[in-house]
Amino acid sequence: MTNTTSTTAGADGNLMARALREAFYAAIVALGLFILFVGLKTDQNILNELILVQRWGLLAIFVAIAAVGRFLSVAYIRPWAAARKATRAAAPAREANFFVRNFSMIAVAFLIIYPPLMVGLFGVQSSLKWVDNFGIQILIYVMLAWGLNIVVGLAGLLDLGYVAFYAVGAYSYALLSSYFGLSFWLLLPMAGILAALWGMILGFPVLRLKGDYLAIVTLAFGEIIRLVLINWTAVTKGTFGISGIAKASVFGIWSFDVSATNNFAKVFGLPMSSAYYKIFLFYLALALCMLTAFVTIRLRRMPIGRAWEALREDEIACRSLGINTVTTKLTAFATGAMFGGFAGSFFAVRQGFVSPESFVFLESAIILAIVVLGGMGSLVGIAVAATVMIGGTELLREMEFLKHIFGPDFTPELYRMLIFGLAMIVVMVWKPRGFVGSREPTAFLRERKSVSGSFTKEGHG
Amino acid sequence: MEYFVQQLVNGLTLGSIYGLIAIGYTMVYGIIGMVNFAHGDIFMLGGFAALIVYLLLVSLFGGVPIALALFIMILVAMVMTGLWNWVIEKMAYRPLRGSFRLAPLITAIGMSIALSNFIQVTQGPRNKPIPSMVSSVYEVFGISISLKQIIIVLVTAVLLTIFWYIVNHTPLGRAQRATEQDRKMAALLGIDVDKTISITFVMGAALAAVAGTMYLMYYGVIVFTDGFTPGVKAFTAAVLGGIGSLPGAVLGGLMIGLIESLWSAYFTIDYKDVATFSILAVVLIFKPSGILGRPEVEKV
Repeated sequence: MTNTTSTTAGADGNLMARALREAFYAAIVALGLFILFVGLKTDQNILNELILVQRWGLLAIFVAIAAVGRFLSVAYIRPWAAARKATRAAAPAREANFFVRNFSMIAVAFLIIYPPLMVGLFGVQSSLKWVDNFGIQILIYVMLAWGLNIVVGLAGLLDLGYVAFYAVGAYSYALLSSYFGLSFWLLLPMAGILAALWGMILGFPVLRLKGDYLAIVTLAFGEIIRLVLINWTAVTKGTFGISGIAKASVFGIWSFDVSATNNFAKVFGLPMSSAYYKIFLFYLALALCMLTAFVTIRLRRMPIGRAWEALREDEIACRSLGINTVTTKLTAFATGAMFGGFAGSFFAVRQGFVSPESFVFLESAIILAIVVLGGMGSLVGIAVAATVMIGGTELLREMEFLKHIFGPDFTPELYRMLIFGLAMIVVMVWKPRGFVGSREPTAFLRERKSVSGSFTKEGHG
Repeated sequence: MEYFVQQLVNGLTLGSIYGLIAIGYTMVYGIIGMVNFAHGDIFMLGGFAALIVYLLLVSLFGGVPIALALFIMILVAMVMTGLWNWVIEKMAYRPLRGSFRLAPLITAIGMSIALSNFIQVTQGPRNKPIPSMVSSVYEVFGISISLKQIIIVLVTAVLLTIFWYIVNHTPLGRAQRATEQDRKMAALLGIDVDKTISITFVMGAALAAVAGTMYLMYYGVIVFTDGFTPGVKAFTAAVLGGIGSLPGAVLGGLMIGLIESLWSAYFTIDYKDVATFSILAVVLIFKPSGILGRPEVEKV
């Protein structure tokens, strides 16, 4: 790699030759990788038998992309990255500008004016998509990721079954409201408490486990909860799910039921539209997110939060200082689970429908990925990661123009998760410490400095 | 009694498949300490490779003797998935090797999502059924044992023997064990650590490909989501047996297979996975590092 930065003609020639050679290898490897899976397609014929369809043109495109990509990467991108790294290292650290320093303030302000802005830009009915699919959905993931951050980022306990608490929250709202007719405002805290209780129940047996043993048991618990939801058909209606879940009201003052006399639109004499409900939900989600952030920030400064971070840094040292690791771990699980429960009940009220389909392992993986991609422990980073990953894949649904390029059969939705998976890999390789690589310590001597994320440990749990 | 033995046979067959996949998890974990979440999808990829090779053989030569067809399917699937895992390790895991522990876990999860969706996009989302390849069934003392089951158990046993020999009695195996114990020291003693790790990934993938082929032959159908459940169960098996331990992986696989088939036989089939996971949790509560795993000693 040393010769890539020198500018002599000989080195350039060498580089080109090397790039061509690498491109050739890449082409061969790509041919090997894709010859069966892309070159041939299994398809059903009229007799319902499997037949093979040949697609050698597509295979050639794949191979060509691999070769060209490898060539560009070796010949241009890598020397450029190396040069940039050198100049960056030489230049003095830049002062953070106004935007960066006040990023969270600006972001919150933007979110508060977001729904009126969308209504202004797209009209009442068309703003629905932007407020609901983008706004609310991203906020739900932000809330979930911030909740999981308490368990993974602060306490350093790897939880692969976080979606279980999301499910507990969603089903407690769905079941209690449809069987007992309780209101959202009563059930929201109740869902949180129930989820926290489950967090403790699930946390208790795994106290002795560490690392990957903990990971697999939490994953197993997540799957157990989902399987029970599927199979306990008498209560949960199984895979059909529970539909017709009651809507939330504005503290019982205005309702969003069309038939109700105190319907929001009727009271204010507005034209009927479901957009008002979505805008209300948006602010509700924003408030819940703010609550999560506030609690997390305050808890970090309290003894319990310090104990979590101490546990993450070194469990043995933590125990020898007299910290009760059992209560520390359990409170981390319970607090994380509680926010999962809030998010779950919010999810149920927003969808009006819950089914076990929404609580698969993939959801846990996505939430964990957001926490890690954002930079564990950094609230801003996690929010950015949620926006990029969820908003980005959601944008793919909107790419109607791609149909004009690739023909009407092209469905961008099919590629959504494929791109999501690849994006996870690319972002992680590019920034292993997450989007926000620095941490703000809560305890400091005289002067507060942010430290690099590489100084914080990730815990053994 | 016969019913019970019958279920034992079924469980053993299922357990062999899980054991083969579990070895891939446990080896990778042993050598670089990461959970390769994409391993279940590597298994699915192996199954698809076998399926496509089978269809190719049928369309090129008409009828092919089953033994030969199976042999070619296994061989091609092993090479294919080995190549895939080699590339995956190089692109997604190697750049993060010095990084913190969760980073490769996240890329592995990303890889798992990408692989299953890649197959969905390129091969279609439908179930892929093939006509039954092997259908003979033997009656032994009132227990019916199908030829499929015999093949699966035999292939597994043969592969495990070969594998055990490689790990314990060849220079390659020695390099692997040395890398597992102390990567830096192994490198200082002239072992090519990168190459050893690559070979470990290729070996794990090859065994998963065999498991994929066996799965395809046993159930006669495969779909792009098939990587997840067997993958999680095999991971469970590896942890149950004590992750990092090769005999543990096989033992764990057989246990999971037996639990599953016995539970389905005597209780409700709906809750068979719940039973598997509950037993995992119970075992780990009493033996936190698995059945054959050594407890981690922490030095302060």
